[in-house]
Amino acid sequence: MATESDLSCSGLVRRFGNNAAVDHVSLDVPAGTFFSILGPSGCGKTTLLRLLAGFDKPDEGDIFIRGQRMNEVPPNKRPVNMVFQHLALFPTMTVGDNIGYGLKRKKVPAAERRKRIAQVLEQVGLPELENRNPQELSGGQRQRVALARCLVLEPTLLLLDEPLGALDLKLREQMKIELKHLQKQFGTTFVYITHDQSEAMVMSDQVAVMKNGRFEQVAPPEELYRQPATPFVAGFVGDNNRLEGTVVSVADDVANVRLSDGAVVSGRVASAGLAPGAQAELYIRPESLSFSQKAAGEGSSSLQTRIRTTLFDGANSRVEAESNGQALFARLPQDGTAPALTPDGHLELSWDPDLARVFGASPQ
Amino acid sequence: MNSSVGRFSLWLLLAPFLLWIVLLVLVPHLQMLRVSFQVRESWDTLAWGLEQYQNFFSESYYWRTFVRTGVMSLFTTFLTLLIAFPIAWYIARLARGRSKGILFLACLIPFWASELVRTYGWMILLRESGLFSSWLQVLGWVDGPVEMLYNDVAVIIGLVYNGLLFMVVPLVTTLDGMDENLVEAGYDLGGGHGTVLREVVIPWAMPGIVSGCIVVFMLTLGSYLTPVLMGGKDSAWFTEQIFTQFITRFNWEQGAALGVLLLVLSSLLVWLGLKLTGQSLRKVMG
Repeated sequence: MATESDLSCSGLVRRFGNNAAVDHVSLDVPAGTFFSILGPSGCGKTTLLRLLAGFDKPDEGDIFIRGQRMNEVPPNKRPVNMVFQHLALFPTMTVGDNIGYGLKRKKVPAAERRKRIAQVLEQVGLPELENRNPQELSGGQRQRVALARCLVLEPTLLLLDEPLGALDLKLREQMKIELKHLQKQFGTTFVYITHDQSEAMVMSDQVAVMKNGRFEQVAPPEELYRQPATPFVAGFVGDNNRLEGTVVSVADDVANVRLSDGAVVSGRVASAGLAPGAQAELYIRPESLSFSQKAAGEGSSSLQTRIRTTLFDGANSRVEAESNGQALFARLPQDGTAPALTPDGHLELSWDPDLARVFGASPQ
Repeated sequence: MNSSVGRFSLWLLLAPFLLWIVLLVLVPHLQMLRVSFQVRESWDTLAWGLEQYQNFFSESYYWRTFVRTGVMSLFTTFLTLLIAFPIAWYIARLARGRSKGILFLACLIPFWASELVRTYGWMILLRESGLFSSWLQVLGWVDGPVEMLYNDVAVIIGLVYNGLLFMVVPLVTTLDGMDENLVEAGYDLGGGHGTVLREVVIPWAMPGIVSGCIVVFMLTLGSYLTPVLMGGKDSAWFTEQIFTQFITRFNWEQGAALGVLLLVLSSLLVWLGLKLTGQSLRKVMG
């Protein structure tokens, strides 16, 4: 086992009845990194986090924190703290007492306690709020108090259970960046679970994409985006267009796929064992689509479509087109190079096959 | 026109409440207050005076009975809280769905019978020829019949039994509203069972604890049947004094004064309890 990993789990299983909420999950989080677990609701990520916090026990597998086996250690004895989804600040205590609660349990003397409370409040940007009640604070401030309450204890591992979910959009964007800065500043290892792929991408060093209790892929955000390992990851992380068809030929890691209307498109092979005749799915990102073959360059793949509508959203403006009943989205460049688009007009979308990924059809 | 109709219907809706308060609470109490200040000089002449109140403080039997009643009521309230808290915790936090309703009903069912019937039920269990006594004899733990009635313990058992529901209901209500994560956060930040109970759960449940305690304390202090039937002639409950003055001695003036004193002194005790626990009546009653 690597000595520098703060958290390492092997073969974790947690069953509820016949259903395995966590199904043979192994993970390894290096010290001082931001690790996210991303998945749709019901994928088992909260169960996994509760196993790590100690609120629940795994049916199989081991949890090691800094090399120490944690399976039998109760939550109050683990070097792990958790920021709850709804924060769970103690409403009957002031902000200072909330933060001091953990220090008191560690038998830190009162004078030292006051000093460290003031210090951590300063660090999270809420100086001199010790005597307020949590109910009097704004959502963002409460969030920071919840973080301070854990960080003041200098845990090996900080678990975060979608703490940004309750905030409004603007504040959420702001807190994302702030959380990342705080993590760097404190150097604590963060394990963050979320269903929001943007949160996971922006903040994390490593992201694990989880589905039905299993990890589909563990990778840095950029790799996850550019080289998704499974169709689920390709569809879940970021926007993607999906085209279904049959493989006609594979050469040099590029597969040609015939769509149901006869058009042949190509993309890089992303799953093993893709042979001619197999059902396949091709994924291409909206920003990889260009509006003329020239722009896409030599050897590009293209598809004839009919324009449905354009969706203006600043830098994220898109055109919705349709090919054989299948909706495709392409990003509209906002630098004036976009062609004039009229609904029901004809549009040829092209792409570099290296940017598209072809998977064997996932058995649904 | 519209507003006058609105006002009329408001009064109409308020009427039952107002009639209740005025006729059944306000008028009798004011009447009693008036009687308590009347001193009977001879069989047909009355004068105003404080003689009855002086009696309470000068006759040690009166105020000693009051102190004894108060202390035992406080103890009963505390005991009720100790017993009710785990029950309420189980109903509010651990029981799910159907069993929750059934448990709640189980707490409620005894109250379908009158206090008299419930008290006689306990007497059947505790008396010399009762169930517990005969079991002990069958088991061979005692040689002869044991009288478990007519002592303070029997009185307190009966009073706790009567007060239990009124403690469980407000506790279940407050504990029900507590976020499970609060308890988990309490453990997560390093607290043991005792710490979480003391620092997280009890402060949260305080409004329920205080309102339950007030209700049980007032009920206990003012209860009559249970102390008389289960405590026998020596139970010396303050309400018995009032009963004796009114019914046996036919001294309504003294009875009224004792009644007023019971009301005033018990309200004072409740106020003191609220002050000591740092709660206000408004917070406790929601």
